[in-house]
Amino acid sequence: MISIEALLSDYTLQIVTLGSAMLGVVSGVLGSFAVLRKQSLLGDAVSHAALPGIVFVFLLTGIKQTEMLLLGALISGLLGTLIIISIDRYTRIKFDSALGLILSSFFGLGLVLLTYIQKIPNANQAGLESFIFGQASTLLKRDVYIMIALGTIILLIVGLLWKELKIFSFDPEFAQSLGFPDKKINIILSSITVVAIIIGLQSVGVILMSALLIAPGVAARQWTDQLSVMVILAATFGLMAGVLGTVLSSLVENMPTGPAIVIVISLIVFLSLFLATKRGLLWRHLQMRKNSRAINEERVLTALYQLALNHDDIYHAHQTAMLNPGEAITRKADKNIVNSLHALRAKGYVRSDYFDTWAITDAGIEQVSRIMVENGGEEL
Amino acid sequence: MPKYLIEVEDMTVAYEKKPVLWDIDLKIPKGVLMAIVGPNGAGKSTLIKAMLDLVKPISGKVLFNGADYHSQRRYIGYVPQRESVDWDFPTSVFDVVLMGTYGQIGWIKRPGRKEKEKALDAIKKVGMEEFIDRQISQLSGGQQQRVFLARALVQDADIYFMDEPLQGVDARTEKAIIRILQKLRTNGKTVVVVHHDLQTVQEYFDWVTLLNTKIIKYGRVEEVFNEDNLKITYGKIV
Amino acid sequence: MNPQLEIIITAVIVSSACALLGVFLVLRKMAMMTDAIAHTILLGIVLVFFITESLTSPFLIIGAAAMGVLTVYLTELLQRTKLMAEDSSIGLVFPLLFSIAIILITRYAGNVHLDVDAVLLGELAFVPFDRFIVLGRDLGARAIYIMGAILLLDLFFVTLFYKELKLVTFDRALASILGFSPLLIHYALMGLVSITAVGAFEAVGSILVIAFMIGPPISAYLLTDKLSNMLFFSLLIGIINTLIGYQISVYFDVSIAGSIATMIGITFLFIFIFAPQRGMVTMIYTRRIQQLDYAVKSLLFHLYNHEGTAQEKEESKRDSLHEHLHWEDRFLEKILKKVIREQYVVVKQGYLKLTPGGREYLIKD
Repeated sequence: MISIEALLSDYTLQIVTLGSAMLGVVSGVLGSFAVLRKQSLLGDAVSHAALPGIVFVFLLTGIKQTEMLLLGALISGLLGTLIIISIDRYTRIKFDSALGLILSSFFGLGLVLLTYIQKIPNANQAGLESFIFGQASTLLKRDVYIMIALGTIILLIVGLLWKELKIFSFDPEFAQSLGFPDKKINIILSSITVVAIIIGLQSVGVILMSALLIAPGVAARQWTDQLSVMVILAATFGLMAGVLGTVLSSLVENMPTGPAIVIVISLIVFLSLFLATKRGLLWRHLQMRKNSRAINEERVLTALYQLALNHDDIYHAHQTAMLNPGEAITRKADKNIVNSLHALRAKGYVRSDYFDTWAITDAGIEQVSRIMVENGGEEL
Repeated sequence: MPKYLIEVEDMTVAYEKKPVLWDIDLKIPKGVLMAIVGPNGAGKSTLIKAMLDLVKPISGKVLFNGADYHSQRRYIGYVPQRESVDWDFPTSVFDVVLMGTYGQIGWIKRPGRKEKEKALDAIKKVGMEEFIDRQISQLSGGQQQRVFLARALVQDADIYFMDEPLQGVDARTEKAIIRILQKLRTNGKTVVVVHHDLQTVQEYFDWVTLLNTKIIKYGRVEEVFNEDNLKITYGKIV
Repeated sequence: MNPQLEIIITAVIVSSACALLGVFLVLRKMAMMTDAIAHTILLGIVLVFFITESLTSPFLIIGAAAMGVLTVYLTELLQRTKLMAEDSSIGLVFPLLFSIAIILITRYAGNVHLDVDAVLLGELAFVPFDRFIVLGRDLGARAIYIMGAILLLDLFFVTLFYKELKLVTFDRALASILGFSPLLIHYALMGLVSITAVGAFEAVGSILVIAFMIGPPISAYLLTDKLSNMLFFSLLIGIINTLIGYQISVYFDVSIAGSIATMIGITFLFIFIFAPQRGMVTMIYTRRIQQLDYAVKSLLFHLYNHEGTAQEKEESKRDSLHEHLHWEDRFLEKILKKVIREQYVVVKQGYLKLTPGGREYLIKD
C-alpha cells in the first residue's frame, strides 16, 4: 500500500485522476439527458458499437494514435445510433431489441476485425483489447489533454444549447411545434454523447461506461425536480466517483479502476435512493406509514359513527370487535384498530370506558362529516 | 344462498398518498347490466381490478356467490382496457379469441376441436368472421373491442367485468356491443361495465354505480341516476 | 468426430437454443435484460468457482443461472420503487454485479485459470479440446452434450408451455384471471435464459450471445404475423446465419462467433430494409403514396368546397393555387400532373374544374 503523501505527489496518478474526473463530469451531465429521455441504455449500445470503427481505423492506418482511433469510434458509434433510431422509427420492433442487436452484432464485427489484425505479422495491436475493460493506468498525458479538450467542448455545447436541450428532453413534440429543429438537436445530443462515451472507453472500458452514463443522472434525479440542479448534481456525483474510484484503485492492490469507479457511483445511487428527501425510499416509507395510519383512523371513526347511527343513542359505546366487519379478525387487524382508537381518543374524537368499549364524541361526529366532504361524499 | 352475487365490503385501495378507493361497500345482484360511472381518476378501473385481485387492496374483501375470488375464478370473465395489450403481438383474431378457453383447459393441454368451435361461434356472434385470420394490429379500434368481447364470451362466465368496452368505437359497433351485453343479461349473466358516457347510461343499463373515490350511490338506474346524485359525483372535483 | 464438425454442431445448437427463447424475450420487451443477465452470470460463476474450486462442476451452471434470476429480481425491485425508468434500472444493476465479479477475479483468482476474456468473448474454436469421456471412451466434445441438454430443456419448456407463454406475454391480466401465474412463467423463462446464456458463454461469450438471442427473432418478426411462424423463422435464420458465418470465419481465419454475430446483423439489416410488408423501403413507399393521396384529395376537396360559390373563380385559379393550399410550387406541379392524368380535374383557360370522375373519387370514401 502507498502512503497518502506519496499518492498525492504521484504524477501518473494525478494525470489519471484528472482524466477520470473529467470523464465523471461529462458523463454526469450528458447522462442526465439520457436518463430523462429514457435512453439510458443507448450508451451501452454505442460504446460496444464503437469497436469495429476503432479496429478498422487501426487496420487502415497501422498506427495506434488516440485521435484517429477516436474518429473511427465516433463514426461507427454514430452509424450504430442511426441504425437503432431508424429501426425504431420504421418498424414495430421495440427500441430495446434494436439496441441489443446493434450492440452485439457491431461488437461481433469488431471482434472479426480484431482477430483478422492479429493474423497480420508485426501489427502493433497491443492495447486494443483493453478497449473492453479500459486501462486507466496506461493513460498518457496526451490522452488526458485530449479528454479535457473534448470534455470542455462538450460542456460548452451543452451550455450554449441549454434551453433547446431542456425542452427537447422534456417534450420533443412540443419542441418541434415551437420550431426547434428536433432532428438537429437529436443529432447534436447523440454526437456529443458518443464522444463522451468514447473518451470514457480508454479509462473504464466498454461495459462499465454505461453505468457511468446512467448512475449519476439517476442519483441526482432523486434529490431535485429541477433540470439545472439535476445536471449540476450529476456532474458532482460523476466527479466524486471518478476521483474516489481512481484513488481507491491505486490505494488497494489489484483493484482495477473501472470497477472501482462503478462501485463508488453505485453506492452514491443507493444512498440517494434511500435517503433523498421527498422521493427517497426511507422518506416515502415514513410518509406511507403516516398516511395509512390516517386512513385507518378515518375508517375506524367512520365505522364507529355508522354503528352509532343504527343505535338510538348515538353516543352508545361499542366493543372493538364490532368495528371491523370487512376484515377477518386477526391479531394484527385488531391491534391496528386499537392503535387507531387510542390515537383518536388522544384527539378527542372518541372516548372509552373501563369495559374497553368505545363511543364517538361530538368532535368525532364533526370530523366524520369533514372526512365525507373531503372524499367527495354527501355532507351530513 | 347469498342474496347478492357480488359483495364488496369495506374495500380501500391506496397508491402512495391518497386513497384511490375509499371504504367501498357494493352489493350487486344476479342478472343485472351495471355501469360504473364517475369522473376521471374516480377509481373506476381500479375498482374492477381490485375485485379481480389484479390490484391488492389495503383492506376489505370481495365475495362472489358468498365465496372468495379464487374459488370462483372459473365463472368470471374480463375485458381489459384496449391499451393494456401490445397489438403488434404476432397473433390473429382467432388466436386471441381462443385464449378465452385457456382457463377451462388448464395448464399444458392445448385447445382442441371443442374449444375451436366455441371460439368460432363467439367470433360469429360479434360479427368478426370476415377478419378471422387477420393480424390484430390491422383492425380498427371497434374491431379490436369486438375481439376482446368475443374472447370474454368464450370464457363462458357467469359474471363479466369490462373496462371501457365502448371506448374508441363507432356508433354502429357501440350498438352491436350493447346488444350483446343485453343478451348476456337476458341469459341470466351479470355484466359490470366501466362506462364514460353519461348520455347513454339510461338507455343501455339497468343498474348503475356512481363512483368518486367512494361509492356515491348504487342501485337501479331509475332510482339513483338523477341530477342530484350526479352533481355529488361530478361536482366535487377541484 | 472431426473437430470442424464438432464446432459446427455446437454453434448450431447454441444458436437454436438462443433463437428459440429469444422470440419470447423480444415480445416481452426484455432484450436488454438478456444483456444484463449475460454479464452478471460471470459473478455467479466466480462465486461458485470460489466455493468448488472447479470450472467444470455442474454447480457452475446452477450458480450462474441463480445469479441471472437474481439480476432480473433486483432490476424489477429497483423498478418497483418507481424512482427510475426500466432501462435505467437494468443499466445500474448489471455493471455493479459485473464490477464485483471483475474485482473478485483480479484480487483472488489471479493465478487460477478463470479468464475474463474467455467469458466475455468465448471461443468456439476451443470447443473440440474439451472432451466428454465416459469410462475411457471419448464420446465427442463436451460442449455438444451440455448445450444439447440445454437445447432439449428449452424445447421441452417452449413446447409444453407454448399456450401459457403466449397468453402471459400477450395479456398478463387475463392470464392471471384465468389462473396461469404470470410470475411463475416469467421467472421460469428468465431462469432458462440464464441457463442458456451460461451454456453459451464458453462458446460465444456474453456479449455475442445477445445477437444470437435477439437477431433471429426480430428478423422473423418482420416476416410474419404468426407466433408459430415466428418461432420457426427465427430458428431457421439462426441456423442459416451460423452455417454461413462459420464458412466466412474459416475463409478469413477470424473469430467464428464474431463472424456469426456479424452475419446475424447483416441478415437483419437486409430484412429490415427489404422485407415485403414491414421493411423500411415498403414503409417509406406506402407513407409517400399515402401522403400523395391525401394531397390529391385535399386539392379535389378544395375545388369541391368552392364549387358554385362566389369565390369559385379565385379559388380555382391555377396560378394562385399554391397560395391557397400553402404548397410549394414543385409539389403542386406534381399533384396537378397526377390529378390531370387521372382525369379528376380539367384545366380550362387557367382555371381548374372537377370532372365527374374526380367528384366520384372524392365521395367514394
